[in-house]
Amino acid sequence: MANSIARTLSPGRRASLDGARGHAASVARSLGWIALPWLVPVACAVLWVLGSHYGWISAQILPSPTLVFDTLGSLASSGELWMHVSASLSRIAVGFTGGVVLGLLLGGLLGLSRTAEAYILPSFNAVVQVPVLGWLPFLMIVVGIGEPLKYLLIGHAALVPVTLSTLQGFRRTPPAYLDVARVFRYSRRQTIFNVVLPSAVPVIGTGIRLAFTKAWLTLVVVELVASSEGLGYLIVYGRQLFQLDLVLASVLIVGAIGYVADRLLTILEHKLSPARLA
Amino acid sequence: MATPSLELETGSGAIAGSGEQGKAGRWRGWVIPLGALLFWWFVSRHVVAGHGMMTSPAQVLHTAIDQARSGALRRALSASLARELTGFTLGASLGLVLGALLGVSPFANRLIGPSFNAFKQVSLFAWIPLISVWFGLGDVAKVVFLSLAALVPVVALTSDGIRAVSPALLDVARVFRYSKLQTVRYVVLPAALPSIFTGIYLALIYSWLATLGAEYLLVAGSGIGNTLVDGSEQFRMDLVVFGVIVIGVTGWALNALAHAIQQRWFRDPAA
Repeated sequence: MANSIARTLSPGRRASLDGARGHAASVARSLGWIALPWLVPVACAVLWVLGSHYGWISAQILPSPTLVFDTLGSLASSGELWMHVSASLSRIAVGFTGGVVLGLLLGGLLGLSRTAEAYILPSFNAVVQVPVLGWLPFLMIVVGIGEPLKYLLIGHAALVPVTLSTLQGFRRTPPAYLDVARVFRYSRRQTIFNVVLPSAVPVIGTGIRLAFTKAWLTLVVVELVASSEGLGYLIVYGRQLFQLDLVLASVLIVGAIGYVADRLLTILEHKLSPARLA
Repeated sequence: MATPSLELETGSGAIAGSGEQGKAGRWRGWVIPLGALLFWWFVSRHVVAGHGMMTSPAQVLHTAIDQARSGALRRALSASLARELTGFTLGASLGLVLGALLGVSPFANRLIGPSFNAFKQVSLFAWIPLISVWFGLGDVAKVVFLSLAALVPVVALTSDGIRAVSPALLDVARVFRYSKLQTVRYVVLPAALPSIFTGIYLALIYSWLATLGAEYLLVAGSGIGNTLVDGSEQFRMDLVVFGVIVIGVTGWALNALAHAIQQRWFRDPAA
Protein backbone atom coordinates (compact mmCIF):
# COMPACT_ATOMS: atom_id res chain seq x y z
CA MET A 1 0.00 0.00 0.00
CA ALA A 2 2.57 2.54 1.17
CA ASN A 3 4.87 1.32 -1.57
CA SER A 4 2.34 1.91 -4.28
CA ILE A 5 1.57 5.40 -2.99
CA ALA A 6 5.26 6.21 -3.03
CA ARG A 7 5.51 4.90 -6.56
CA THR A 8 2.59 6.99 -7.79
CA LEU A 9 3.83 10.14 -6.08
CA SER A 10 7.51 10.01 -6.88
CA PRO A 11 7.23 10.38 -10.67
CA GLY A 12 5.29 13.60 -10.16
CA ARG A 13 7.91 15.04 -7.84
CA ARG A 14 10.70 14.25 -10.20
CA ALA A 15 8.73 15.77 -13.09
CA SER A 16 8.74 19.28 -11.61
CA LEU A 17 12.53 19.23 -11.87
CA ASP A 18 12.81 17.63 -15.28
CA GLY A 19 10.54 20.04 -17.09
CA ALA A 20 7.74 19.53 -19.57
CA ARG A 21 9.07 16.46 -21.36
CA GLY A 22 9.72 14.56 -18.15
CA HIS A 23 6.31 15.65 -17.01
CA ALA A 24 4.59 14.05 -19.97
CA ALA A 25 6.54 10.83 -19.41
CA SER A 26 5.64 10.75 -15.74
CA VAL A 27 1.96 11.35 -16.48
CA ALA A 28 2.12 8.41 -18.87
CA ARG A 29 3.83 6.37 -16.19
CA SER A 30 1.29 7.13 -13.48
CA LEU A 31 -1.55 6.52 -15.94
CA GLY A 32 0.05 3.16 -16.64
CA TRP A 33 0.20 2.53 -12.91
CA ILE A 34 -3.52 3.31 -12.55
CA ALA A 35 -4.42 1.10 -15.51
CA LEU A 36 -2.23 -1.80 -14.34
CA PRO A 37 -4.89 -3.66 -12.29
CA TRP A 38 -7.19 -3.72 -15.31
CA LEU A 39 -4.59 -5.36 -17.53
CA VAL A 40 -5.25 -8.95 -16.43
CA PRO A 41 -9.08 -8.86 -16.56
CA VAL A 42 -9.07 -7.00 -19.87
CA ALA A 43 -6.52 -9.41 -21.36
CA CYS A 44 -8.62 -12.36 -20.21
CA ALA A 45 -11.77 -10.79 -21.66
CA VAL A 46 -10.05 -10.07 -24.98
CA LEU A 47 -8.69 -13.62 -25.15
CA TRP A 48 -12.14 -14.96 -24.34
CA VAL A 49 -13.81 -12.85 -27.05
CA LEU A 50 -11.17 -13.70 -29.66
CA GLY A 51 -11.03 -17.34 -28.64
CA SER A 52 -14.73 -17.90 -29.01
CA HIS A 53 -14.92 -15.75 -32.15
CA TYR A 54 -12.25 -17.69 -33.97
CA GLY A 55 -13.32 -21.01 -32.49
CA TRP A 56 -10.11 -21.70 -30.52
CA ILE A 57 -12.25 -22.80 -27.61
CA SER A 58 -15.30 -24.94 -28.27
CA ALA A 59 -18.60 -23.60 -26.96
CA GLN A 60 -19.10 -26.76 -24.91
CA ILE A 61 -16.05 -25.83 -22.85
CA LEU A 62 -16.41 -22.08 -22.70
CA PRO A 63 -19.35 -20.32 -24.34
CA SER A 64 -18.76 -16.93 -25.91
CA PRO A 65 -19.10 -13.81 -23.74
CA THR A 66 -21.90 -12.46 -25.92
CA LEU A 67 -23.87 -15.65 -25.27
CA VAL A 68 -23.27 -15.34 -21.52
CA PHE A 69 -24.45 -11.72 -21.51
CA ASP A 70 -27.43 -12.54 -23.71
CA THR A 71 -28.39 -15.26 -21.26
CA LEU A 72 -27.94 -12.83 -18.40
CA GLY A 73 -30.12 -10.30 -20.22
CA SER A 74 -32.91 -12.74 -20.99
CA LEU A 75 -32.82 -14.08 -17.44
CA ALA A 76 -33.17 -10.55 -16.14
CA SER A 77 -35.91 -9.45 -18.54
CA SER A 78 -38.03 -12.58 -18.04
CA GLY A 79 -38.02 -11.98 -14.30
CA GLU A 80 -36.57 -15.45 -13.74
CA LEU A 81 -33.34 -13.98 -12.43
CA TRP A 82 -35.19 -11.92 -9.85
CA MET A 83 -37.09 -15.01 -8.71
CA HIS A 84 -33.89 -16.97 -8.09
CA VAL A 85 -32.03 -14.06 -6.54
CA SER A 86 -34.89 -13.29 -4.18
CA ALA A 87 -35.17 -16.97 -3.19
CA SER A 88 -31.46 -17.03 -2.34
CA LEU A 89 -31.53 -13.68 -0.59
CA SER A 90 -34.52 -14.57 1.56
CA ARG A 91 -32.77 -17.78 2.65
CA ILE A 92 -29.69 -15.76 3.53
CA ALA A 93 -31.81 -13.18 5.34
CA VAL A 94 -33.48 -15.75 7.60
CA GLY A 95 -30.47 -18.04 8.13
CA PHE A 96 -27.84 -15.34 8.51
CA THR A 97 -29.92 -13.13 10.81
CA GLY A 98 -30.89 -16.09 12.96
CA GLY A 99 -27.29 -17.30 13.14
CA VAL A 100 -25.92 -13.86 14.01
CA VAL A 101 -28.50 -13.20 16.74
CA LEU A 102 -28.02 -16.63 18.31
CA GLY A 103 -24.26 -16.29 17.95
CA LEU A 104 -24.26 -12.93 19.74
CA LEU A 105 -26.37 -14.36 22.56
CA LEU A 106 -24.32 -17.53 22.90
CA GLY A 107 -21.00 -15.69 22.59
CA GLY A 108 -22.15 -13.13 25.16
CA LEU A 109 -23.21 -15.86 27.57
CA LEU A 110 -19.91 -17.71 27.18
CA GLY A 111 -17.95 -14.47 27.43
CA LEU A 112 -19.61 -13.26 30.60
CA SER A 113 -19.88 -16.50 32.52
CA ARG A 114 -16.93 -18.79 33.14
CA THR A 115 -19.36 -21.43 34.35
CA ALA A 116 -21.32 -21.39 31.10
CA GLU A 117 -18.02 -21.59 29.25
CA ALA A 118 -16.93 -24.65 31.21
CA TYR A 119 -20.18 -26.46 30.46
CA ILE A 120 -20.90 -25.43 26.87
CA LEU A 121 -17.64 -24.58 25.11
CA PRO A 122 -16.22 -28.13 24.81
CA SER A 123 -19.43 -29.37 23.17
CA PHE A 124 -19.50 -26.30 20.94
CA ASN A 125 -15.92 -27.00 19.87
CA ALA A 126 -16.79 -30.59 19.05
CA VAL A 127 -19.73 -29.50 16.87
CA VAL A 128 -17.51 -26.94 15.12
CA GLN A 129 -15.01 -29.63 14.08
CA VAL A 130 -17.53 -31.03 11.59
CA PRO A 131 -17.81 -28.67 8.62
CA VAL A 132 -21.21 -27.66 7.24
CA LEU A 133 -20.99 -30.25 4.49
CA GLY A 134 -20.64 -32.99 7.07
CA TRP A 135 -23.91 -31.99 8.69
CA LEU A 136 -25.75 -31.79 5.39
CA PRO A 137 -26.58 -35.50 4.93
CA PHE A 138 -27.44 -35.85 8.61
CA LEU A 139 -29.85 -32.93 8.56
CA MET A 140 -31.28 -34.04 5.23
CA ILE A 141 -32.52 -37.21 6.87
CA VAL A 142 -33.74 -35.41 9.99
CA VAL A 143 -35.53 -32.36 8.53
CA GLY A 144 -35.86 -33.24 4.85
CA ILE A 145 -34.70 -31.05 1.98
CA GLY A 146 -37.10 -28.14 2.46
CA GLU A 147 -36.43 -24.60 3.59
CA PRO A 148 -35.63 -25.51 7.23
CA LEU A 149 -32.57 -27.43 6.01
CA LYS A 150 -31.22 -24.28 4.37
CA TYR A 151 -31.99 -22.05 7.32
CA LEU A 152 -30.32 -24.47 9.73
CA LEU A 153 -27.13 -24.88 7.70
CA ILE A 154 -26.76 -21.17 6.86
CA GLY A 155 -27.55 -20.31 10.46
CA HIS A 156 -24.94 -22.78 11.70
CA ALA A 157 -22.34 -21.36 9.30
CA ALA A 158 -23.00 -17.82 10.56
CA LEU A 159 -23.32 -18.79 14.22
CA VAL A 160 -19.80 -20.17 14.65
CA PRO A 161 -17.67 -17.12 13.77
CA VAL A 162 -20.06 -14.74 15.54
CA THR A 163 -20.02 -16.80 18.74
CA LEU A 164 -16.23 -17.12 18.75
CA SER A 165 -15.64 -13.45 17.96
CA THR A 166 -18.09 -12.31 20.63
CA LEU A 167 -16.42 -14.57 23.16
CA GLN A 168 -13.02 -13.30 22.13
CA GLY A 169 -14.10 -9.65 22.14
CA PHE A 170 -15.53 -9.97 25.64
CA ARG A 171 -12.48 -11.76 26.97
CA ARG A 172 -9.97 -9.34 25.52
CA THR A 173 -11.11 -6.15 27.13
CA PRO A 174 -7.86 -4.32 27.95
CA PRO A 175 -7.26 -4.73 31.70
CA ALA A 176 -6.58 -1.00 31.98
CA TYR A 177 -10.22 -0.26 31.01
CA LEU A 178 -11.47 -2.68 33.63
CA ASP A 179 -9.23 -0.97 36.19
CA VAL A 180 -10.75 2.39 35.29
CA ALA A 181 -14.25 0.89 35.64
CA ARG A 182 -13.28 -0.39 39.08
CA VAL A 183 -11.90 3.00 40.10
CA PHE A 184 -15.23 4.60 39.10
CA ARG A 185 -17.01 1.87 41.09
CA TYR A 186 -19.08 0.84 38.07
CA SER A 187 -21.70 -1.79 38.76
CA ARG A 188 -21.39 -5.09 36.85
CA ARG A 189 -24.13 -3.89 34.49
CA GLN A 190 -22.39 -0.58 33.87
CA THR A 191 -19.05 -2.33 33.29
CA ILE A 192 -20.63 -4.63 30.72
CA PHE A 193 -22.58 -1.98 28.81
CA ASN A 194 -20.11 0.93 29.02
CA VAL A 195 -16.74 -0.84 28.95
CA VAL A 196 -16.77 -4.47 27.84
CA LEU A 197 -19.34 -4.20 25.06
CA PRO A 198 -17.92 -1.12 23.28
CA SER A 199 -14.39 -2.50 23.33
CA ALA A 200 -15.63 -5.82 21.91
CA VAL A 201 -17.48 -4.21 18.97
CA PRO A 202 -14.59 -4.21 16.44
CA VAL A 203 -13.82 -7.91 16.95
CA ILE A 204 -17.53 -8.76 16.73
CA GLY A 205 -17.74 -6.73 13.50
CA THR A 206 -14.94 -8.82 11.98
CA GLY A 207 -16.78 -11.96 13.10
CA ILE A 208 -20.02 -10.84 11.44
CA ARG A 209 -18.27 -10.10 8.16
CA LEU A 210 -16.62 -13.52 8.24
CA ALA A 211 -20.02 -15.01 9.10
CA PHE A 212 -21.50 -13.54 5.94
CA THR A 213 -18.74 -15.00 3.79
CA LYS A 214 -19.38 -18.43 5.33
CA ALA A 215 -23.16 -18.09 5.06
CA TRP A 216 -22.93 -17.16 1.39
CA LEU A 217 -20.62 -20.09 0.69
CA THR A 218 -23.01 -22.42 2.50
CA LEU A 219 -26.02 -21.07 0.64
CA VAL A 220 -24.42 -21.94 -2.68
CA VAL A 221 -23.50 -25.44 -1.48
CA VAL A 222 -26.97 -26.18 -0.10
CA GLU A 223 -28.64 -24.92 -3.24
CA LEU A 224 -26.27 -26.98 -5.38
CA VAL A 225 -27.25 -30.11 -3.48
CA ALA A 226 -30.90 -29.69 -2.64
CA SER A 227 -33.17 -26.99 -4.00
CA SER A 228 -35.56 -26.20 -6.79
CA GLU A 229 -34.93 -22.47 -6.97
CA GLY A 230 -32.14 -20.06 -6.13
CA LEU A 231 -28.79 -19.17 -7.66
CA GLY A 232 -27.15 -22.48 -6.75
CA TYR A 233 -30.02 -24.34 -8.38
CA LEU A 234 -29.59 -22.23 -11.51
CA ILE A 235 -25.94 -23.33 -11.66
CA VAL A 236 -26.81 -27.02 -11.30
CA TYR A 237 -29.64 -26.72 -13.79
CA GLY A 238 -27.35 -25.12 -16.36
CA ARG A 239 -24.74 -27.79 -15.72
CA GLN A 240 -27.25 -30.61 -16.23
CA LEU A 241 -28.40 -29.18 -19.55
CA PHE A 242 -24.79 -28.43 -20.51
CA GLN A 243 -25.77 -24.78 -20.85
CA LEU A 244 -22.49 -23.35 -19.67
CA ASP A 245 -23.63 -19.82 -20.52
CA LEU A 246 -26.27 -20.20 -17.82
CA VAL A 247 -23.68 -21.59 -15.38
CA LEU A 248 -21.27 -18.74 -16.03
CA ALA A 249 -24.00 -16.10 -15.81
CA SER A 250 -25.07 -17.51 -12.41
CA VAL A 251 -21.49 -17.67 -11.16
CA LEU A 252 -21.07 -14.02 -12.14
CA ILE A 253 -24.15 -13.06 -10.15
CA VAL A 254 -23.07 -15.11 -7.14
CA GLY A 255 -19.70 -13.38 -7.22
CA ALA A 256 -21.19 -9.91 -7.68
CA ILE A 257 -23.64 -10.25 -4.79
CA GLY A 258 -20.93 -11.69 -2.53
CA TYR A 259 -18.61 -8.84 -3.44
CA VAL A 260 -21.19 -6.08 -2.85
CA ALA A 261 -22.27 -7.57 0.49
CA ASP A 262 -18.66 -7.89 1.62
CA ARG A 263 -18.00 -4.23 0.71
CA LEU A 264 -21.10 -3.09 2.60
CA LEU A 265 -20.14 -5.08 5.69
CA THR A 266 -16.57 -3.75 5.54
CA ILE A 267 -17.91 -0.19 5.50
CA LEU A 268 -20.20 -1.06 8.41
CA GLU A 269 -17.26 -2.61 10.26
CA HIS A 270 -15.21 0.59 9.88
CA LYS A 271 -18.16 2.69 11.02
CA LEU A 272 -18.60 0.46 14.06
CA SER A 273 -15.00 0.44 15.21
CA PRO A 274 -14.50 3.86 16.75
CA ALA A 275 -11.00 5.26 16.36
CA ARG A 276 -11.00 6.57 19.91
CA LEU A 277 -10.77 3.03 21.22
CA ALA A 278 -7.72 2.16 19.21
CA MET B 1 -4.75 -8.89 12.63
CA ALA B 2 -4.27 -12.27 11.02
CA THR B 3 -4.21 -14.11 14.31
CA PRO B 4 -7.71 -13.33 15.62
CA SER B 5 -9.25 -14.19 12.29
CA LEU B 6 -7.41 -17.50 12.32
CA GLU B 7 -8.83 -18.23 15.73
CA LEU B 8 -12.30 -17.32 14.51
CA GLU B 9 -12.02 -19.61 11.52
CA THR B 10 -10.60 -22.63 13.24
CA GLY B 11 -11.95 -22.31 16.74
CA SER B 12 -8.41 -22.52 18.07
CA GLY B 13 -9.03 -19.41 20.15
CA ALA B 14 -11.82 -21.21 21.90
CA ILE B 15 -9.63 -24.26 22.40
CA ALA B 16 -7.00 -22.07 24.02
CA GLY B 17 -9.70 -20.41 26.13
CA SER B 18 -10.86 -23.65 27.66
CA GLY B 19 -7.29 -24.40 28.70
CA GLU B 20 -7.45 -21.60 31.26
CA GLN B 21 -9.97 -23.57 33.28
CA GLY B 22 -7.46 -25.88 34.83
CA LYS B 23 -7.89 -29.59 35.37
CA ALA B 24 -10.40 -29.29 38.21
CA GLY B 25 -13.13 -27.87 35.96
CA ARG B 26 -12.66 -30.31 33.09
CA TRP B 27 -15.53 -32.63 34.08
CA ARG B 28 -18.05 -29.87 33.43
CA GLY B 29 -17.32 -30.01 29.72
CA TRP B 30 -18.54 -33.61 29.63
CA VAL B 31 -21.96 -32.88 31.11
CA ILE B 32 -23.65 -31.85 27.86
CA PRO B 33 -22.17 -34.55 25.59
CA LEU B 34 -22.94 -37.31 28.09
CA GLY B 35 -26.41 -35.90 28.72
CA ALA B 36 -27.07 -35.81 24.97
CA LEU B 37 -25.83 -39.37 24.59
CA LEU B 38 -28.07 -40.55 27.41
CA PHE B 39 -31.04 -38.69 25.96
CA TRP B 40 -30.37 -40.20 22.52
CA TRP B 41 -30.11 -43.69 23.97
CA PHE B 42 -33.33 -43.22 25.95
CA VAL B 43 -35.30 -41.80 23.00
CA SER B 44 -34.12 -44.49 20.59
CA ARG B 45 -34.90 -47.20 23.11
CA HIS B 46 -38.23 -46.14 24.54
CA VAL B 47 -39.88 -43.46 22.44
CA VAL B 48 -39.39 -44.17 18.75
CA ALA B 49 -37.99 -47.68 18.83
CA GLY B 50 -38.11 -49.32 15.43
CA HIS B 51 -38.57 -46.07 13.53
CA GLY B 52 -36.43 -46.31 10.41
CA MET B 53 -34.81 -42.88 10.63
CA MET B 54 -33.86 -43.27 14.23
CA THR B 55 -30.74 -45.11 15.11
CA SER B 56 -29.39 -46.03 18.51
CA PRO B 57 -25.90 -45.42 19.89
CA ALA B 58 -25.38 -49.18 19.96
CA GLN B 59 -26.29 -49.42 16.27
CA VAL B 60 -23.78 -46.70 15.39
CA LEU B 61 -21.09 -48.44 17.40
CA HIS B 62 -21.92 -51.68 15.62
CA THR B 63 -21.64 -49.95 12.21
CA ALA B 64 -18.34 -48.39 13.27
CA ILE B 65 -16.84 -51.75 14.21
CA ASP B 66 -18.22 -53.25 11.02
CA GLN B 67 -16.73 -50.51 8.86
CA ALA B 68 -13.38 -50.70 10.62
CA ARG B 69 -13.20 -54.50 10.36
CA SER B 70 -14.19 -54.76 6.71
CA GLY B 71 -11.56 -52.21 5.75
CA ALA B 72 -14.18 -49.87 4.27
CA LEU B 73 -13.23 -47.16 6.74
CA ARG B 74 -9.54 -47.45 6.00
CA ARG B 75 -10.15 -47.35 2.25
CA ALA B 76 -12.47 -44.34 2.39
CA LEU B 77 -10.34 -42.39 4.83
CA SER B 78 -7.06 -43.05 3.04
CA ALA B 79 -8.60 -42.07 -0.31
CA SER B 80 -9.88 -38.82 1.20
CA LEU B 81 -6.65 -38.00 3.00
CA ALA B 82 -4.49 -38.77 -0.05
CA ARG B 83 -6.68 -36.41 -2.08
CA GLU B 84 -6.59 -33.77 0.61
CA LEU B 85 -2.79 -33.89 0.94
CA THR B 86 -2.18 -33.82 -2.83
CA GLY B 87 -4.47 -30.84 -3.33
CA PHE B 88 -3.12 -29.11 -0.24
CA THR B 89 0.51 -29.57 -1.27
CA LEU B 90 -0.12 -28.35 -4.82
CA GLY B 91 -2.25 -25.40 -3.78
CA ALA B 92 -0.04 -24.33 -0.89
CA SER B 93 3.19 -24.47 -2.94
CA LEU B 94 1.65 -22.48 -5.78
CA GLY B 95 0.21 -20.12 -3.18
CA LEU B 96 3.60 -19.56 -1.57
CA VAL B 97 5.19 -18.66 -4.91
CA LEU B 98 2.36 -16.37 -5.97
CA GLY B 99 2.06 -14.83 -2.50
CA ALA B 100 5.80 -14.16 -2.31
CA LEU B 101 5.70 -12.54 -5.74
CA LEU B 102 2.79 -10.30 -4.73
CA GLY B 103 4.50 -9.44 -1.45
CA VAL B 104 7.93 -8.62 -2.84
CA SER B 105 7.03 -6.81 -6.04
CA PRO B 106 4.68 -3.79 -5.90
CA PHE B 107 4.36 -4.11 -9.67
CA ALA B 108 3.10 -7.70 -9.51
CA ASN B 109 0.81 -6.78 -6.64
CA ARG B 110 -0.68 -3.93 -8.63
CA LEU B 111 -1.00 -6.14 -11.70
CA ILE B 112 -2.52 -9.30 -10.16
CA GLY B 113 -3.68 -8.31 -6.67
CA PRO B 114 -7.05 -6.74 -7.56
CA SER B 115 -7.98 -9.57 -9.93
CA PHE B 116 -7.07 -12.07 -7.25
CA ASN B 117 -9.22 -10.28 -4.68
CA ALA B 118 -12.18 -10.23 -7.03
CA PHE B 119 -11.70 -13.95 -7.77
CA LYS B 120 -11.58 -14.64 -4.01
CA GLN B 121 -15.08 -13.21 -3.60
CA VAL B 122 -16.77 -15.80 -5.79
CA SER B 123 -17.99 -18.52 -3.49
CA LEU B 124 -15.58 -21.43 -3.95
CA PHE B 125 -18.24 -24.08 -4.49
CA ALA B 126 -19.77 -22.14 -7.36
CA TRP B 127 -16.76 -23.27 -9.41
CA ILE B 128 -17.55 -26.96 -9.00
CA PRO B 129 -19.98 -27.27 -11.94
CA LEU B 130 -17.46 -25.56 -14.23
CA ILE B 131 -14.62 -27.69 -12.93
CA SER B 132 -16.70 -30.79 -13.55
CA VAL B 133 -17.22 -29.74 -17.16
CA TRP B 134 -13.55 -28.99 -17.69
CA PHE B 135 -11.94 -31.82 -15.71
CA GLY B 136 -14.62 -34.51 -15.37
CA LEU B 137 -15.76 -36.09 -12.14
CA GLY B 138 -12.62 -38.02 -11.24
CA ASP B 139 -9.63 -37.31 -9.08
CA VAL B 140 -8.16 -34.66 -11.37
CA ALA B 141 -11.20 -32.43 -10.92
CA LYS B 142 -11.16 -32.98 -7.17
CA VAL B 143 -7.49 -32.18 -6.82
CA VAL B 144 -7.90 -29.03 -8.94
CA PHE B 145 -10.72 -27.90 -6.69
CA LEU B 146 -8.77 -28.70 -3.51
CA SER B 147 -5.69 -26.82 -4.73
CA LEU B 148 -7.88 -23.83 -5.46
CA ALA B 149 -9.25 -23.98 -1.92
CA ALA B 150 -5.74 -24.20 -0.44
CA LEU B 151 -4.27 -21.56 -2.75
CA VAL B 152 -6.45 -18.62 -1.70
CA PRO B 153 -5.53 -18.26 2.01
CA VAL B 154 -1.84 -18.97 1.36
CA VAL B 155 -1.56 -16.25 -1.29
CA ALA B 156 -3.44 -13.70 0.83
CA LEU B 157 -1.52 -14.28 4.06
CA THR B 158 1.91 -14.74 2.47
CA SER B 159 1.73 -11.46 0.59
CA ASP B 160 0.23 -9.67 3.61
CA GLY B 161 2.94 -11.05 5.87
CA ILE B 162 5.75 -9.95 3.57
CA ARG B 163 4.30 -6.49 3.06
CA ALA B 164 3.79 -6.03 6.80
CA VAL B 165 7.52 -6.42 7.57
CA SER B 166 8.38 -3.37 9.64
CA PRO B 167 10.25 -0.65 7.69
CA ALA B 168 12.57 -0.22 10.67
CA LEU B 169 13.86 -3.77 10.19
CA LEU B 170 14.44 -3.10 6.49
CA ASP B 171 16.33 0.09 7.42
CA VAL B 172 18.63 -1.93 9.67
CA ALA B 173 19.26 -4.35 6.79
CA ARG B 174 20.13 -1.39 4.59
CA VAL B 175 22.52 0.02 7.22
CA PHE B 176 24.31 -3.33 7.35
CA ARG B 177 24.44 -3.28 3.52
CA TYR B 178 22.69 -6.63 3.28
CA SER B 179 22.38 -7.98 -0.23
CA LYS B 180 18.86 -8.57 -1.55
CA LEU B 181 19.22 -12.29 -0.83
CA GLN B 182 20.47 -11.66 2.70
CA THR B 183 17.61 -9.25 3.38
CA VAL B 184 15.08 -11.85 2.34
CA ARG B 185 16.84 -14.66 4.22
CA TYR B 186 17.56 -12.87 7.50
CA VAL B 187 14.93 -10.12 7.72
CA VAL B 188 11.84 -10.59 5.56
CA LEU B 189 11.40 -14.36 5.94
CA PRO B 190 11.67 -14.55 9.75
CA ALA B 191 9.35 -11.56 10.16
CA ALA B 192 6.74 -12.88 7.74
CA LEU B 193 6.89 -16.52 8.84
CA PRO B 194 4.06 -16.46 11.43
CA SER B 195 1.66 -14.94 8.91
CA ILE B 196 2.77 -17.37 6.19
CA PHE B 197 2.21 -20.28 8.51
CA THR B 198 -1.25 -18.98 9.38
CA GLY B 199 -2.06 -19.11 5.67
CA ILE B 200 -0.83 -22.69 5.42
CA TYR B 201 -2.83 -23.61 8.52
CA LEU B 202 -6.01 -22.17 7.00
CA ALA B 203 -5.22 -23.93 3.72
CA LEU B 204 -5.13 -27.26 5.54
CA ILE B 205 -8.56 -26.62 7.10
CA TYR B 206 -10.07 -25.26 3.87
CA SER B 207 -8.80 -28.17 1.82
CA TRP B 208 -10.38 -30.61 4.27
CA LEU B 209 -13.70 -28.81 3.89
CA ALA B 210 -13.20 -28.81 0.14
CA THR B 211 -12.40 -32.54 0.14
CA LEU B 212 -15.85 -33.20 1.54
CA GLY B 213 -17.40 -30.77 -0.92
CA ALA B 214 -15.62 -32.37 -3.84
CA GLU B 215 -16.63 -35.88 -2.81
CA TYR B 216 -20.15 -34.71 -2.20
CA LEU B 217 -20.67 -32.79 -5.41
CA LEU B 218 -18.36 -34.61 -7.83
CA VAL B 219 -19.73 -38.01 -6.99
CA ALA B 220 -17.28 -40.59 -8.29
CA GLY B 221 -14.80 -42.86 -6.62
CA SER B 222 -14.53 -43.49 -2.91
CA GLY B 223 -13.89 -41.32 0.09
CA ILE B 224 -15.38 -40.46 3.41
CA GLY B 225 -17.76 -37.97 1.73
CA ASN B 226 -19.08 -40.80 -0.42
CA THR B 227 -19.73 -42.83 2.71
CA LEU B 228 -21.99 -39.99 3.85
CA VAL B 229 -23.74 -39.76 0.49
CA ASP B 230 -24.34 -43.52 0.45
CA GLY B 231 -25.69 -43.47 3.97
CA SER B 232 -27.99 -40.61 3.20
CA GLU B 233 -29.27 -42.17 -0.03
CA GLN B 234 -29.98 -45.49 1.64
CA PHE B 235 -31.51 -43.71 4.65
CA ARG B 236 -28.99 -45.47 6.86
CA MET B 237 -28.78 -43.05 9.73
CA ASP B 238 -26.18 -45.15 11.54
CA LEU B 239 -23.80 -44.83 8.59
CA VAL B 240 -24.40 -41.07 8.38
CA VAL B 241 -23.78 -40.51 12.09
CA PHE B 242 -20.66 -42.64 11.87
CA GLY B 243 -19.44 -40.60 8.88
CA VAL B 244 -20.09 -37.32 10.69
CA ILE B 245 -18.07 -38.54 13.67
CA VAL B 246 -15.16 -39.68 11.48
CA ILE B 247 -15.14 -36.32 9.68
CA GLY B 248 -15.20 -34.45 12.97
CA VAL B 249 -12.36 -36.49 14.45
CA THR B 250 -10.23 -36.17 11.30
CA GLY B 251 -10.81 -32.42 11.14
CA TRP B 252 -9.94 -32.13 14.80
CA ALA B 253 -6.75 -34.17 14.34
CA LEU B 254 -5.61 -32.03 11.38
CA ASN B 255 -6.40 -28.90 13.36
CA ALA B 256 -4.56 -30.12 16.45
CA LEU B 257 -1.53 -31.17 14.39
CA ALA B 258 -1.27 -27.78 12.69
CA HIS B 259 -1.83 -26.01 16.01
CA ALA B 260 0.94 -28.02 17.67
CA ILE B 261 3.38 -27.27 14.82
CA GLN B 262 2.50 -23.59 15.01
CA GLN B 263 3.00 -23.45 18.79
CA ARG B 264 6.31 -25.28 18.52
CA TRP B 265 7.97 -23.47 15.64
CA PHE B 266 5.99 -20.52 14.36
CA ARG B 267 4.76 -18.68 17.42
CA ASP B 268 3.96 -15.09 16.60
CA PRO B 269 6.32 -13.12 18.87
CA ALA B 270 3.93 -10.16 18.84
CA ALA B 271 0.93 -12.15 20.07
